[in-house]
Amino acid sequence: MNSREKILNAIGQNKPSLVALPEVKIAYAENINLTSRFSEILTGIGGNTIIVKNYLEIKSNIQEKFGTYHRIVNQVDEVEIKNEDSLELKKPYQLEDIDLAIIKGRFGVAENGSVWVEDSDISHRVLPFICQHLIIIINEENIVSNMHDAYRFLETTSFKNLQNSSFGVFIAGPSKTADIEQSLVIGAHGARSLIVYIIKNKF
Amino acid sequence: MQNQFIEHADAAENFIKDEPRTDWHDETLWFVRQKRDLAVNKIPEWEELREFASKIKDHSLSNLDNYLLEFERNAQNNGIQVHWALDAKEHNSIILDIIKKNNVSKIVKSKSMLTEECHLNEFLQENKIEIVDTDLGEWIVQLRKETPSHIVLPAIHLKKEDVGETFHQNLGTQKGLTDPKELTEIARDYLREKFLSAELAITGVNFAIAETGGFVVCTNEGNADMGVHLADIHIACMGFEKIIPKLNHLSVFLRLLARSATGQPITTYSSHFHKPRVGQQMHIIIVDNGRSNQLARPDFRNSLKCIRCAACFNTCPVYRRSGGHSYHNAVAGPIGSILAPNINMRENADLPFASTLCGSCSNVCPVKIDIHQQLWKWRQVLMEEGHGKSSKKIGMQLLNLIFTKPKIYRLVGWIGRMIMKKLPFSISNSLNPWYKQREMPEVPKNSFREWYLKNKK
Repeated sequence: MNSREKILNAIGQNKPSLVALPEVKIAYAENINLTSRFSEILTGIGGNTIIVKNYLEIKSNIQEKFGTYHRIVNQVDEVEIKNEDSLELKKPYQLEDIDLAIIKGRFGVAENGSVWVEDSDISHRVLPFICQHLIIIINEENIVSNMHDAYRFLETTSFKNLQNSSFGVFIAGPSKTADIEQSLVIGAHGARSLIVYIIKNKF
Repeated sequence: MQNQFIEHADAAENFIKDEPRTDWHDETLWFVRQKRDLAVNKIPEWEELREFASKIKDHSLSNLDNYLLEFERNAQNNGIQVHWALDAKEHNSIILDIIKKNNVSKIVKSKSMLTEECHLNEFLQENKIEIVDTDLGEWIVQLRKETPSHIVLPAIHLKKEDVGETFHQNLGTQKGLTDPKELTEIARDYLREKFLSAELAITGVNFAIAETGGFVVCTNEGNADMGVHLADIHIACMGFEKIIPKLNHLSVFLRLLARSATGQPITTYSSHFHKPRVGQQMHIIIVDNGRSNQLARPDFRNSLKCIRCAACFNTCPVYRRSGGHSYHNAVAGPIGSILAPNINMRENADLPFASTLCGSCSNVCPVKIDIHQQLWKWRQVLMEEGHGKSSKKIGMQLLNLIFTKPKIYRLVGWIGRMIMKKLPFSISNSLNPWYKQREMPEVPKNSFREWYLKNKK
């Protein structure tokens, strides 16, 4: 008998009798403005949100803030900012000196300020982690209330038929650590800052 | 392993010798507990979430073999290679095999308590293979040749001065650095080099999803992602109890985990791995290492529901005042004290006694493990199996005699009060263990019984 069979047999013998799986139903009737809750929470964990009308506004805002940065990777075509050439051909470690990455987020979660990033939207999985500064763009209509709604969203999009997503990540703020005396330090191994641009459809 | 054979009470006695430092340790962890409370109190449905989490885990344990098979099938379909390890030794040798087969030598690892449990670092060192821990706290303790003292905050036993000195001695940085920001920046620079050159990255697993064959890894620093997305080989190590049935169950667990651990609404990165990237190898090692024995013990099996948030550590009055190393086990604190005796009853017989049984651990546990009750039950088991100290046995027998015979009880009480009154020095001296770090109480004029008989009319 190999280890796999030994483990499975031992579990089969030792497990308790079957307990029913509950259906997760959380009643929530909180009537909140999702955009302002999302902004409030993300700001509280070290990120930033900027509400804009369109991609043009994002472009000028980025140029104003990051105009001096020359190593910018832009993976959102609608933001017409020059991109590093032939990024696809690079090995992941060659992204090491990137100052700023601009990427798309699929949706935001108001209760924890996180944004779902899917690897089909980024040329390299390491991009949102290895860049010094990170910008994620989402549409306001794609902010959901909480994690239950978030997974419902995923089940109908990235995980439709449980097939599509090969890598995805909730990103909530910049990289951080409090491992030295519980002092919060922003910028541990990943991005030192995060701005989420929220494109507002109705004014 | 340091402190391997020092019992918890003795190690704790050593720990509290430095009183200001003990107070600082106590307050720092209590601060984390308070942050948890603030976060939890913002979620009106918190108790509902705990109940769901507990029930999902109960169900998962009761159908674990089938879920593991479902997970394996789906993971393999996703292109992940699945390995099974009966014990720590097999876990380590699977990793060594992958290293040798691929002829790699540069390895980074993000936080994984399972690899601590299996003593992977020591094993690889013996095989002349360098492995770098990349979680800041873990890296600091690795440089110091120590083990983590806390499963979420591995270097919580150290002060910033200690970290500055560690960096000075190991990296040649300037002496006397104490600014956490500056120290973190040094680590960022140093470890970035390690990430960029890493050929193989090892991570733990927070949750493995049977339905999708994927797994989730949570970090704040981004070190797990930096490692695995740069290296060509990813090995994820999981205890078999990490299985959850469905993708949408993550909503419950991710809402609970970070709030319970540090008071954050969610960790900075919650990465969902389902397929290796093009050209990458992805392995997952499913480890038993005593867990199936724990599953067989009805009184203790639900310790396997643990999601490693460490809320029970931060709230524990004993942990906060004795430090993680006193527990001489990869997982310290209350949960470690109910997991460890399963792995080695003799070596860990002291741990279930490292508790006041106040029950705070059970109250903060996000998956509702009855931790303090299990601590108490372990004490019964350990005494029955002959692992109790003889002093404890004799003491209990003596107390049994006194408390079951009212006349003896009254007599002993009277003698005790007399001695404390007339001969206080015979009690208040260093030969009396109760007198250590304590003042003796003031002696009452009479016993409650005497008072009651006098006043009942």
